[in-house]
Amino acid sequence: MKLNGGNIVCEVLLEHGVDTVFGYPGGAALNLYDALYGYQGKIRHVLTAHEQGASHAADGYARASGKTGVVFATSGPGATNLVTGIAAAFMDSVPMVAITSNVASSLIGRDAFQEIYITGVTLPITKHNFFVNRADGLAHALRESFRIANTGRKGPVLIDITKNATAESCEFEPMAPYTVAELPKAADWEVQEVADLINKSERPAIYFGGGATASGAGGGLVALAEKADIPAAHTIMAAGVIGSENKRNLGLIGMHGTVAANMAIDNADLVIALGTRFSDRVALNMEKFAKRAKLVQVDIDRSEINKNVSVDVSVISDVKYFLEKLLPLVEERRRPERLAAIDSWKEKYRVEKDADSDSAGVIKPHQLIGRICDMTDKETIYVTDVGQHQMWAAQYIKHKNTNSFLTSAGLGAMGYGYGASIGAQMAFPGKRVVHITGDGSFHMNMSEACTAVSNRLPIISVIFNNRVLGMVYQWQNAFYGGRLSATVPERVTDFAKIAEGFGARGFRANTLGEFESAFAAALKENGPSWIECSIDREEKVLPMIPNGATVEDIILE
Amino acid sequence: MEQGNNANPVSKQVICIIVDNQPNVLARISSLIGRRNFNISTITASETNLPGITRITVVVSGDDENVLHQIIAQTEKLEVVKKAYLLDMSNTLYRELLLVKIKSDETNRAALMEIVEIYRAKIIDLSKSSMIIELTGLPEKIDAFMDMVDCFSIVEVCRTGVTGIERGKEELKW
Repeated sequence: MKLNGGNIVCEVLLEHGVDTVFGYPGGAALNLYDALYGYQGKIRHVLTAHEQGASHAADGYARASGKTGVVFATSGPGATNLVTGIAAAFMDSVPMVAITSNVASSLIGRDAFQEIYITGVTLPITKHNFFVNRADGLAHALRESFRIANTGRKGPVLIDITKNATAESCEFEPMAPYTVAELPKAADWEVQEVADLINKSERPAIYFGGGATASGAGGGLVALAEKADIPAAHTIMAAGVIGSENKRNLGLIGMHGTVAANMAIDNADLVIALGTRFSDRVALNMEKFAKRAKLVQVDIDRSEINKNVSVDVSVISDVKYFLEKLLPLVEERRRPERLAAIDSWKEKYRVEKDADSDSAGVIKPHQLIGRICDMTDKETIYVTDVGQHQMWAAQYIKHKNTNSFLTSAGLGAMGYGYGASIGAQMAFPGKRVVHITGDGSFHMNMSEACTAVSNRLPIISVIFNNRVLGMVYQWQNAFYGGRLSATVPERVTDFAKIAEGFGARGFRANTLGEFESAFAAALKENGPSWIECSIDREEKVLPMIPNGATVEDIILE
Repeated sequence: MEQGNNANPVSKQVICIIVDNQPNVLARISSLIGRRNFNISTITASETNLPGITRITVVVSGDDENVLHQIIAQTEKLEVVKKAYLLDMSNTLYRELLLVKIKSDETNRAALMEIVEIYRAKIIDLSKSSMIIELTGLPEKIDAFMDMVDCFSIVEVCRTGVTGIERGKEELKW
């Protein structure tokens, strides 16, 4: 059948099971959006306030659902506004297809109105990108985009389409999606080698990251940890893969990780790193990280091996497959003294010991997060922005499920949260989505409230308002002699009032009690709510291990 | 780009990258090299006998195993890259091409021709006031030649960077 380019895009999206796209129209995208008009009921287009919000929404949709997030933008500024969202997806290996429009091919290279060389701009932040200037190149490039985004280590792909290519017609043949190559699998001898190391080890520890999340390795991890009695720490990319109630779960590792996690890794004689890259926020001192241990690294991406920290044994494998093969080879072991040591670290540094009365005047961050968890069910998806609140959320949420804690980990993009919440809520209309944010991050993309209102998305944004740019403020106080450069903005934003202006519900809470009633009311809303919570600007994210330091230098207060 | 006048052959490694010949392919490779902060000496690219296939040769200073592994593994992740591999120095022939224009008249022409003769270079253009010399060889030979002609008045220099091919009858496969 003969179709125009715009229709071909829609048809290929349907071939890949895409029923939701996020985006923003514009001049160069007119043909594509005209085609989309004919696909109402099949493809739902979510219009955001800003293309950045759309790209984060596609990201949140993908992280929550495991499907490919799709985002549309027009040429020029539309395309450049996607950049932060694409980069966030790239850094955290999130499958995304970004479809940008460009000026007609006769105008390419002439600095036409709203012309930008977006394939050049996105070279370093995509797995691959395509420039298509003819309708007959579209179907293949789009199918390739979906294949590449989902092959091996996932990530974003951009396809830039000239305006004429969406108008022209050509022959179109429906087709099944291209086959995605199987993930690499460990050889039996490699698994045996690691099993032998575990069986010989006295103080093993597991450290797992985004690769464990992506491969759905939660069950395998729990089984291994229990069978051989191995404690396991996670990066921020893997919160929820093992439930936080599991006594072998050490919690977050790294700069703001728990004492237990960092101690267990530091004194281990064997560390098994699963789907993780020894980033500078974990291996704060790459020479001294887990210095007493033999290091094993398992990853599907062989470029991760020895990239940051040199390891003793490396295995190129899907983490889930690796764990399935490993489990029968690992001997059952009990390590009571080790678990007891971990319990004592956990107990000694437990913040939850504080009484509720501590939040009587100003709310304590961990108590606020505790309340959020108490008042939401186990299917809840928590989304954060970036900064102190993000770390508190990673530390204190009682994580229960994989893919239920969405955060911009690698890029650390403030402003990620609202868009990602919209994406998550679109993917799971029946689940509760709680957006945990700070006043700094929220100022960046709060305008996406209009999107949540239009689409009746009952996202609850809990704003940790300390009236400073908290994380940088904390560093300036800790390391720059209190020279508070550009972190005390003197804003008097009335969040509750703004929420009402957008057509959302706005609440304010100065005590835990007030928060409870506000949150209870927000839970009953059909649309978005904001709850502004006052916290003390001197609240710090602790513990903290500074860059270049080790657990011996951990700052506890 | 590194001058490489005192280059020690041991400290250089050559990586061959087989890529799809499509628009932007060199930009993709160089963007990756820039982004990852890889320190390279030279990069050359050319089409091959295989339709649609381009061969890129990268010379890397130093022989840190992790660095070389990173360059190869990161490069292989690019969609356009079919294969990237380290050339076995002992079994590979390397060549570089030099074109150099030197001010020359009857006072120094004979001296230059003598050097050209010894190095088995070629004079490919001659005028009353200048000559252009072509020399092919190992980069070390070109460095040595450049040392020899340094005392003359050099107008322009152009070097292609190194390219290399392994001995034997094995075909390129990926």
